[in-house]
Amino acid sequence: MTETRSEQVLRVDAYPTHEVGGYRVRAGKPFPFGANVVPGGVSFSVFSDQATSMTLVIYQRGEADPMAELEFPEEFRTGSVFAMTVFGLDHENIEYGYRADGPYDPVTGHRFDARQVLSDPYARLIAGRDVWGVEPDRSRGYQYRSRVCLQDFDWGDDTPLGIPAEDLVVYETHVRGFTRHPSSQVTAPGTFAGLREKIPYLKELGINCIELLPVFEFDESDNPRTNPETGEQLFDYWGYNTVSFFAPKAGYAATGRYGMQGDEFRTLIKDLHAAGIEVILDVVFNHTAEGNEQGPTISFKGLDNATYYMLTPEGYYFNFSGTGNTVNCNHPVVRNYVLDCLRHWVADYHIDGFRFDLAAILGRALDGTPLPNPPLLELLAYDPVLRHTKLIAEAWDAGGLYEVGNFPAYGRWAEWNGKYRDTVRRWLKGDSGVTGELATRIAGSPDLYSSRGTAASVNFLTAHDGFTLADLVSYNDKHNGANGENNNDGANDNNSWNCGAEGPTQDPAINALRTRQMKNALAILFTSQGIPMLLAGDEVARSQQGNNNTYCQDNELSWFDWDQVDDNAELLRFTREMIAFRGRHRELRSTAHPTGQVREHLGLPDISWHGERAWQPDWSDGSRLLAVARCGTGDDDVVYVAMNSHWESHDLELPALPGGRSWHLFADTGAAAPHDIRTPGTEQELDNAGKYLIGPRSVVILVGRTNDPGDRDDLDTP
Amino acid sequence: MTLNVKERRNKTGTVLVATGEINSETSGALLQALLPLVREGKPLRIDLTAVTYVSSAGLRTLLVVYREAQHAGVAVTLYGVSEEVRFVMSATGFLDFFETGEAVAAAAKAKAKAAR
Repeated sequence: MTETRSEQVLRVDAYPTHEVGGYRVRAGKPFPFGANVVPGGVSFSVFSDQATSMTLVIYQRGEADPMAELEFPEEFRTGSVFAMTVFGLDHENIEYGYRADGPYDPVTGHRFDARQVLSDPYARLIAGRDVWGVEPDRSRGYQYRSRVCLQDFDWGDDTPLGIPAEDLVVYETHVRGFTRHPSSQVTAPGTFAGLREKIPYLKELGINCIELLPVFEFDESDNPRTNPETGEQLFDYWGYNTVSFFAPKAGYAATGRYGMQGDEFRTLIKDLHAAGIEVILDVVFNHTAEGNEQGPTISFKGLDNATYYMLTPEGYYFNFSGTGNTVNCNHPVVRNYVLDCLRHWVADYHIDGFRFDLAAILGRALDGTPLPNPPLLELLAYDPVLRHTKLIAEAWDAGGLYEVGNFPAYGRWAEWNGKYRDTVRRWLKGDSGVTGELATRIAGSPDLYSSRGTAASVNFLTAHDGFTLADLVSYNDKHNGANGENNNDGANDNNSWNCGAEGPTQDPAINALRTRQMKNALAILFTSQGIPMLLAGDEVARSQQGNNNTYCQDNELSWFDWDQVDDNAELLRFTREMIAFRGRHRELRSTAHPTGQVREHLGLPDISWHGERAWQPDWSDGSRLLAVARCGTGDDDVVYVAMNSHWESHDLELPALPGGRSWHLFADTGAAAPHDIRTPGTEQELDNAGKYLIGPRSVVILVGRTNDPGDRDDLDTP
Repeated sequence: MTLNVKERRNKTGTVLVATGEINSETSGALLQALLPLVREGKPLRIDLTAVTYVSSAGLRTLLVVYREAQHAGVAVTLYGVSEEVRFVMSATGFLDFFETGEAVAAAAKAKAKAAR
């Protein structure tokens, strides 16, 4: 007879010992927290340090009123954990929550209110916002309903990919915005399933890591504003306002109405991995959707306010996040919560890494002061489950703590390098006095990361928060009127330049300059040491019409317009070839900062700086021309990148090359397409070996190599 | 909503015809009906033409059957998957595991065409 795996093993704990409210129950296991399916029932476990009693509230799925309210017997409490197994529940068709009773005394930090039903902080599924944008029934007493689910996804042989950090090319995007536009032509626009259909596009682009704006359950309808110009409802589109940290957003799933968002998201991750693409989640542990004293009570406030939030001595909320409250990240209970959450996403969703929103807050003490050795950051750096995941900090917060270059790294943490962004932007627009710092930034910012290596620097010029690349070269000022905040929101220090006209123009010279400026930006980004990050749509000149803070714009301002893939094929091709070029040249991805040491086999330094004259860079304030040559440790090519932000052309004297090598042209942003860039490996040998005329506001990339492909071992695609 | 199942045997194997919804309440009975058929070792077809809805638990039950069949070396094919059920199975990745009648028919057609 064939053995089957469905035969039950009899267990002592599969039998009830008590009866509560007509339900058969027994003491549950304190760990793991949350609701877990066990033989014959569901085990519920929740922490509250100061609650005097705890009640489990169970609903039939979708019903307004509970079907059961089961108070935890005193003997079911272990320490400050309430745990109970309830037998005979149909786990698929129930929703649950808790009523926590205890003191209401905000001055001492306690806000218990047994009238409220609270979401489980460990809920792995949330019901209540199942389909994006559907107006919720706000009369219901319990809005964000915890659900039980199995964690039995069939991953096959999938594991996190483990791509070396220095080889990453990160693509930052929004699950909904990527395919919501009608031009996406996917089966389920705006969902995980829709994004899955676009994997071939991502693969062809050449990126190997996708970074998703928040996917933890949030409420897109929690924005009360309307567009003052059109009267349309504004949303919380970006989702940096977490309702539930363990649950994927149902509204991002085509199957969210069936509660299958977990499977749909896992399937996306599995297929991205099969295509060689890692998945990084943008996570927001600095605050929650519960806001300040006036905000809603959803979960933490009612379960254990004094533990989960940083509070002033008067019991008000500290606000280092700019959103009302600040999570008490370095409280021992809370840091374990963060750890459990990240472990969950790695173990149960095979996530490859995390980008931490306003991560400087994660280094603050219980009273808000910065810690020299923050236990949470250390804990995450050394955790066995997270050991090989990427950890990337947004190393500043809204409370003024700016730690770029100083974030406590424990050999693990990388950072969004805001200084890279600012320096290269200033260079691109032609500011004076930037050349020296530009050199530092493109060499992997050794001033910031000398002991951490180049991969500690995530280089970016644009991100969701700010101008797109097309807008960076089309607007001097932000145009955020549609956000309904009188243009007072969003950053003012954009270092942008409109190239001669504010916004769209029919002037061909201005449009040509804008295209060239975008190519210049991409050329510098992909030849800089450090991890490059591209904002989705920048490869096809996606515009937000000058809005640099589209957090509330669920419309064509934010969505990826797929018609632009054809309309801006020139820029897309340029981006693809630049990404491919980076993949072919290990010297651009070296983890060690260059030292200027001469490579014996080539007689050239690992990095050398040049100006109009070879070997003579101009570091003066008025200099707007810089060239850099790099060579690696193997018998590989030499890569020469000349950057001219001057409005005049310059004659470049090229450095002489050893070993039968000659200069070959890979890219010249001053040339008209298709001569602006070539496919790596097919670079055109220069007619005049020693000179090259670089045009105004242009970047030129040359490869010094032999003409015999057999001599080459640079074909080193990660 | 209940689920009715009927077995039909023919020369090439067994067909199980399901009618109704496959959810957490009905999937236990479906599993009990399917496992003995898997153990018989003959090719098994599951006809879902009259199935209107498959829940998360239902999809898991079908996948358990697939894994059991794989363990026993038995071919399992799904037939008559409605557009809605197919969409859910596709979006959640479950469809990737199964041979579906439509896919089998397409492959047979391609083979016949190649033979000509």
